[in-house]
Amino acid sequence: MTDFLQLLLSGLATGSIYALAALGFTLLWQASGTINFAQGEFVMLPAFAMLACMSFGAPLGIAFVLTVLLAVVVLGWGFKRGVVDPLLRFGMMPIVVATIGLSIAMRNGVRAGFSAEAHPFPNLFADKIFNVAGVTVTLADIGTFALAVAIVLATQAFLSRTVTGRAMQAVAQNTESAQVLGIDVPRMVFYTFAINATLAVAAALLVTPTYLAKFDMGEGLGTKAFFAAIIGGFNNSRGALVGGLIVGVAENLAAAYISPAYKDAVALLIFMLVILFKPQGLLGRKEERKV
Amino acid sequence: MKARHLLLAGIAAAVLLVWPHFLKSYGIYLLSYWLIYIIATMGLNLTVGYAGQKSLGHAAFFGIGAYTVAILLKAGVSFWLGLPAGALLCFAVGLVLGFPALRVQTIYLAFATLGFNTAVWLLIRNEEWLTGGTFGINNIARPELFGFSLEGNKAYYHLVLVITVLMGLLLWGLLRSPWGKAFTALRDNPIRAESLGVSVRGYTLLSFAIGAAYAGVAGGLFASLVQFIEPAPFNVAASIMMYLMVVVGGPGYFLGPVLGAAVGVILPEWLRDVPGVANWYLPAFGAAVVLLMVWLPDGLLSIPDRLKARREAREASALRAATAAATRQEVSA
Amino acid sequence: MAKTKNTHTRRLLCQALIASCALGAGGAWAQQTIKIANIVELSGGGATAGTNFKNGVELAVKEINASGGILGKKIESTTSDTQSNPGIAKGLTQKAIDDDVFAIFGPVFSGSIMVSMAESRRAEVPNFTGGEAAAITEQGNKYVFRTSFTQATAMPKLARYIDQKMKVKTLAVIYVNNDFGKGGLDSIKKALAATPVKVAAEISTEPGQIDFAAAVLRAKQSNADALFAYSNEEESARLLRELRKQGYAKPIVGETTLTGQKVIDLAGDAANGAIAHVGLTVDAPNPAIRAFRAKFEKEYKYVSDHNGMKGYSGVYLLKAAIEKTGKLDAKAVAQTLHGLKVSATQQPGVLMDVSIDGKGDLDRESFMVEVKNGKQEVIATVPALGAAAAK
Repeated sequence: MTDFLQLLLSGLATGSIYALAALGFTLLWQASGTINFAQGEFVMLPAFAMLACMSFGAPLGIAFVLTVLLAVVVLGWGFKRGVVDPLLRFGMMPIVVATIGLSIAMRNGVRAGFSAEAHPFPNLFADKIFNVAGVTVTLADIGTFALAVAIVLATQAFLSRTVTGRAMQAVAQNTESAQVLGIDVPRMVFYTFAINATLAVAAALLVTPTYLAKFDMGEGLGTKAFFAAIIGGFNNSRGALVGGLIVGVAENLAAAYISPAYKDAVALLIFMLVILFKPQGLLGRKEERKV
Repeated sequence: MKARHLLLAGIAAAVLLVWPHFLKSYGIYLLSYWLIYIIATMGLNLTVGYAGQKSLGHAAFFGIGAYTVAILLKAGVSFWLGLPAGALLCFAVGLVLGFPALRVQTIYLAFATLGFNTAVWLLIRNEEWLTGGTFGINNIARPELFGFSLEGNKAYYHLVLVITVLMGLLLWGLLRSPWGKAFTALRDNPIRAESLGVSVRGYTLLSFAIGAAYAGVAGGLFASLVQFIEPAPFNVAASIMMYLMVVVGGPGYFLGPVLGAAVGVILPEWLRDVPGVANWYLPAFGAAVVLLMVWLPDGLLSIPDRLKARREAREASALRAATAAATRQEVSA
Repeated sequence: MAKTKNTHTRRLLCQALIASCALGAGGAWAQQTIKIANIVELSGGGATAGTNFKNGVELAVKEINASGGILGKKIESTTSDTQSNPGIAKGLTQKAIDDDVFAIFGPVFSGSIMVSMAESRRAEVPNFTGGEAAAITEQGNKYVFRTSFTQATAMPKLARYIDQKMKVKTLAVIYVNNDFGKGGLDSIKKALAATPVKVAAEISTEPGQIDFAAAVLRAKQSNADALFAYSNEEESARLLRELRKQGYAKPIVGETTLTGQKVIDLAGDAANGAIAHVGLTVDAPNPAIRAFRAKFEKEYKYVSDHNGMKGYSGVYLLKAAIEKTGKLDAKAVAQTLHGLKVSATQQPGVLMDVSIDGKGDLDRESFMVEVKNGKQEVIATVPALGAAAAK
């Protein structure tokens, strides 16, 4: 029983990491129909940016703030104006391929320009281990999980309780009506991209101590984030959290009780079942198909 | 128009036949590699470009074809039996993959196919007794034709060229037939197509199956080209690259795959040799793709259409200006 | 058309004939430089290993050129990226051969070298690799040479240590599920078959895996006396952290990738107590190795790993072989390499005394290392198999 709990708790910690990456992905899709295949790299780049700031002597907090500002400009506004705006009306294909190209460029750019090595990243939380009834958790596990939940709930609250948030939702659901109602559509869409960029930096802060800053850290993270987003519900922020946690826990349980070699298959299986029987995700709302 | 196209085709054929004799082994190898990816991309173009489906799992069929040929060759079965066997197997599996496509659309379908690809990759990697697992299958032979060994790079290239042309002609025929029209109807307006009697179910499944079969043929040729296969070239990243090739070349254009595969296979190689680029050839490639998409969202082959559209727009404006001037004259007269 | 391969060989033979004629005539030989091609993984899964290997090679080339080259000729090296893709590796090897290179260095990944070495064999060009899979030297290829131990050599040494020094009865194995990890698993199983030690569990993990909770649990559940951990550097670091977190108290043993300085940096305290059999380590108490470490760090601003040492020593091996052969004949140099013994005092670049056998495998001293207080400490030296009396 303690084994099961151990796996569960570790899985929740890992899953909250996936959830953070999935959250921004979900938001972008909701607000602008953008599928961002570079989402993993959007987490990788801020990790290196923070490392760079710290190598100039800045403490972690300052590095974080500076990186958030940089990310909002480059990964938020720059991405939107440069890539998304020109391509949105051409359907899904060009944006998908453009973000694929972007991920190749970012990943290999960091490798060529910085280093191919993995770099350690300072942990927000002290290195403490707690042992409760035979189950061990680190402070970082609890902290990451708590912060991830907090961030998701905060985002959800922002979207449903503030005027700006509701305006963003309106834009996501029906752009023309939102415009008619006087909502500044381009600005709302920009906010979405800015929030995605900020969330990516937050994810980097929490994720990189475990993942280690490496040019290809985005690959694995990105794929898991996509799965988590779909399982949880692609049009719902809390869905990203649920999806991420499910993937994290399922992987661990599968590796321990079924077969370590096929552990990725379990997340896959859940994913396929969800897609076939409840494509809007476990928490999502059904999307109408236009004729 | 027809005569000009035939002439161009003739010149292209002549170039492709003669060029390798001026190239050293690396160049010939690269050309063969490119041709193989053209076949695979043609299949994906049918599924994605003509039938409007979303498939991010194409490399799985590439892998199934490759492993089928490799395993059969090791078991003593001739290449000429192995290749069609691989294609048939892929056709069958492609039909199966088509079923989720009946239930889900767009992004969900894209991720379902991505999941399928991962599942196939895991099977290939883990089932060592069948596929050699992560060690792969080495020393894959090249076929013989009527006693003629196709071991050499040039000989094998010619084989690949012939098969590519055959598959291309097959696809051309398919697209010109009523089936081709049905596929495009499926892409443009499936509900209306259904109401006109086009079986949406049937054609969806078929678009996946035929696309998969093409990838299977390409995979079989790939196995004998590289003479060693392992799970890595058949993963999701490879599928994503194939998708990139289709979209960059121009989805729904017949020759799109030719250009798309050139961008995917030859462009990075060419960039390596550009002075000053060196280690940065991959980021340069990525940036080039982004710029290409922003500039030409409908792919490279949309250039002629765009030029035509612009010319027509200019002619129309000129006509309007002339008519307006004439009307003003009339009125003032 | 079917004669392509024969024509190619015939062309090479003609070239060799002409070359030897020219040399005999007193050396108006056209080639002014020794061309080598560095074909390595610079992107994709093998990027870290490939980049370090390449840096080692380039450092050696720079040093050799600065001190006059080999037989008076400078080395000209070109580097290309295989993207960790065997299909591309094959093409690049063909390209290098088209460019008439004298020797090829790389790839590092076993899958890629298995493919490209068929090309270098056809062209009769010596091909040095960093790969460790046993199968590489079992293909009967006379032109492939290792720069590190084969798993088939390293694992018996480790097995002997586990059985005799650690005195354990059962062993749990956690390995990474790629050709490197699986090859290691197969080799250690084979090596342990000759000892009373039993493998209690075989636990696979993914490359790039983050969460090792399940793997560690399985190891604990197997009740084995010790754990053999065989994965790449980053994963080893994460595994060590999880082992410490779950309070794993049994001994942890591994190979070079378990106790590298990088792993220690990434794992922190969790690495303490881990023991490994190490073929090449920058921390060995050996003057040639210490010198290499300093030079590498000065040139590239970071500490090399064992792949850097592989590349570096490989170039010097080539140099020793060319100098012994006395002429720039690739085929003859390949023959010299088989059975060559090089001592580190004569040729400090090879870092340790080494001898190459008929299959291209290396025989060298190696070390048993334990991590104490965040540093590698050599706790025993394992002699070369050829040097040790039958044990």
